[in-house]
Amino acid sequence: MRPVYMVSGGVSKFTKARPDVTFQPMVKEAYDYALKDLGLEHPRFVEIVDGSVASYFSDHFQRQLMSGIMVQDYLGLCPKPSHRVEGGGATGGLCFQEAWKSVASGLMDVCVAYGFETMSHVNTWKGNEFIALASDVSFDYPVGGFYSGYYAMMVVRHMQEFGTTVEQMAHISVKNHNNAFHNPYAQKRKLLTIEDVRRAPMVAWPLTRLDICVMSDGAAATILASEEGVSKLEKASGKRIKPAKIVGIGRGTDAMRMADRPHRKVLLLPHERASDYRGLKYPGIHSFRAGRMASKLAYEMAGITNPLEALDFIELHDAYTSSEIQTYEDMGLCKYGEGGRWAEEGNSFLPNLDYGLALKKPGTLPVNSSGGLIACGHPVGATGLMQAVFALWQLQGSIKKHFGNDRLQVKGARRGAIHSHAGTGTYVTVSIMEKV
Amino acid sequence: MASPKRGRLNRKLPDEGPVALPETDDGTVLFNVPFPKDLAQLKAMAPIIIKQPYQIDYIHSYGQDSPFFAGLANGKLLGTVCTKCGYKYATPKLHCMDCGSECDWFELPHVGAVHTFTVCYFGSEEFQKETPFVLILVEWPSIDTLFLSRLLGVDPLKPSMDWVGMKIRAKFRRLSKFKPTDVYFVPA
Repeated sequence: MRPVYMVSGGVSKFTKARPDVTFQPMVKEAYDYALKDLGLEHPRFVEIVDGSVASYFSDHFQRQLMSGIMVQDYLGLCPKPSHRVEGGGATGGLCFQEAWKSVASGLMDVCVAYGFETMSHVNTWKGNEFIALASDVSFDYPVGGFYSGYYAMMVVRHMQEFGTTVEQMAHISVKNHNNAFHNPYAQKRKLLTIEDVRRAPMVAWPLTRLDICVMSDGAAATILASEEGVSKLEKASGKRIKPAKIVGIGRGTDAMRMADRPHRKVLLLPHERASDYRGLKYPGIHSFRAGRMASKLAYEMAGITNPLEALDFIELHDAYTSSEIQTYEDMGLCKYGEGGRWAEEGNSFLPNLDYGLALKKPGTLPVNSSGGLIACGHPVGATGLMQAVFALWQLQGSIKKHFGNDRLQVKGARRGAIHSHAGTGTYVTVSIMEKV
Repeated sequence: MASPKRGRLNRKLPDEGPVALPETDDGTVLFNVPFPKDLAQLKAMAPIIIKQPYQIDYIHSYGQDSPFFAGLANGKLLGTVCTKCGYKYATPKLHCMDCGSECDWFELPHVGAVHTFTVCYFGSEEFQKETPFVLILVEWPSIDTLFLSRLLGVDPLKPSMDWVGMKIRAKFRRLSKFKPTDVYFVPA
């Protein structure tokens, strides 16, 4: 496999509903932004690009099969090769890695990965039904299919096992909404307190409405290239590209039904020992084995032995405040069971922002400096690609250019990770990107 | 669709707007819209939004899992056990996830314990009218996996971590619906 670079990206403004356009022009907004940032217009770019990968989760939300090809033709990319990727919430992360494979394998020099979701086409209750169809329809969905309920059951077990508190979870909500306050692409830009989070309507105990991401309409596009591809693009635009190198990718899986998850031994990362976890039954429903596997493989490819030391920031799949805490542990930022405390200490907060909280260790490793899913929104097929775009901008040091302010710029960011997550932890992807 | 439970069970979100009439999606039948003489003005036109109903009856077979549902109809809770390694599934799997061998049916005890729970105050459309309801994963000491069910006989407005570990007993619907909710649990 050969080196792969991310050279550009774009994101549509995530919002509750985009009735002004259908999904194709929404993707074009993100695609045109990515091209503009490269200094290219479509007719010149299309001479160079070899193909694309499309990312969208639900045919139900669209009530339209083959939406991918409708984006491909609207963008003017026909008759170039393309295919659709689908894997629940991890659809965007999978799409990014499929584009990586297309380039790493030598099949393509330049590949576009675009994604979108239009969740406003049904009301929220129906949307929750569609999402819950991503659980076993014989055994899980009919019992009360509701993803917030599933995640609530997982965190109750995390609380039982490790003593995690709802206030620790609320720290994540405060952090991500506050970060998004400075991100013009985000859907929910709010300055909140711990009390606001806990006083919000209870959705599935102990998760309140401010512990949970919202449904969104949105699109994102990324452009990946080989070294040859980078040269071709630079030659065409006459401009130097500031790419990020994708140095590691990893994926993991787990059983669809939470009830089926094993209770065995922890899958260890290089900086952990079996003695750290005596008596812990793993993954149970308190941890995501798929997230651990994805992290392990991505770290191995990138040569990372201690993620806390090796990474400067992470954009991870915080569909719930609880799952951000669980993911800290899966990714090895702290030991299993320490995620709640790690959040409360402020380790994942930005060091330079005032959150109105007394934090002991602010800014050890900023997580979701963009605002994450909780505050940016979660138009499923776009989400994993949005993370890649924000990660590229962090590594380029170009947050100010794209956000209009540099409050969210992680100073001196050299290496970051993006993490995309499906179902109750069924498919998870981790990709590592480095400044060149 | 506005939730009827919203006002009663949940306080107002800090970010919710002022007091207002509920918004519904039943809309109005409209047969024509104004149109400008100058076509250049069309790009400023507001989007036309229509309602497209969509209803499907699926012919869903439970296939190899069918005996589980026949069991519920006869007051029996069935799990499966691997014929080779002995791994025991509380939610049936007819092939072992661990060793790949075939599994046999066996009867689960009617008394288990709450492994974890939640109370759903909101839900997806199909279950919205049933809120608040309590979801649980049931555990048994000698069984390797869990079982998703509903817990009745506790106050859904007073959830407590004390529910974890609670001994519970299976009850069965007399008139089966051939759904996993033909069994549910109550405190033992």
